[in-house]
Amino acid sequence: MGLTRLTCRQASRLQSQSLDRELTLSERLSLRMHTAVCDACTRVSRQLHFLRRALRDYPGPEQ
Amino acid sequence: MRNLPPSSEARELQEHRPHLLRFALLQLRDTSAAEDAVQETLLAALQAPFDGRSSVRTWLIGILKHKIVDHLRRQVREAPFADPAELSTADLEALFAEDGHYATQPGDWHDPDQALQQQRFFEALERCLQALPRTTSRAFMMREILGMDTAEICKELGVSATNCGVLLYRARMALRACIEKTWFSTARM
Repeated sequence: MGLTRLTCRQASRLQSQSLDRELTLSERLSLRMHTAVCDACTRVSRQLHFLRRALRDYPGPEQ
Repeated sequence: MRNLPPSSEARELQEHRPHLLRFALLQLRDTSAAEDAVQETLLAALQAPFDGRSSVRTWLIGILKHKIVDHLRRQVREAPFADPAELSTADLEALFAEDGHYATQPGDWHDPDQALQQQRFFEALERCLQALPRTTSRAFMMREILGMDTAEICKELGVSATNCGVLLYRARMALRACIEKTWFSTARM
């Protein structure tokens, strides 16, 4: 099975989609191989998950 | 059952009104629709017993979310078409260089979760959400605040699954960049 080498552009799309649907096995593996060697996409992945948590907590702590 | 007389119960609920209104306004972007949604929430709250499993505010927001969904549906029925610019990916392509790398390197947010304890962080987040284009913002809030699944969102907005994906992708990337610029790049750690 040939895995696609992703660019950050492609990786970021998959990162967004992973928050809305289950990625296929090959998408997951391609993404994992990319983030393993890419600091920018590792950050973006954490940040997108953080944003999801922040929106769940919205409107924030009660005063 | 609670022993409070109805008038004091109503007064207690009224105290949450400004907060609820802000929450509704962010998502509906229409004062009269937001006021209606809040009014409906407070009326529903008076008729439903508070189970005490969460704070009153969390309970009210749970009710308000359903009212917001109703109003969003109405807004979409009345003005169903997304701005074609929002369905284009040109602005998203511009985030990347020709070789597919980020044009501007994403920053390091260190320990972002501590921001969740700060009211001012949520105010910054709100400003970033307000800056999103209308349909992009609707799709994103339906997904992340109201917890709808993408099939439901596409149907409500009357856009294809691909377009729905573009809207959510734009919202996430724009919000990421905005909150990085307005919160995480300034020295608040």
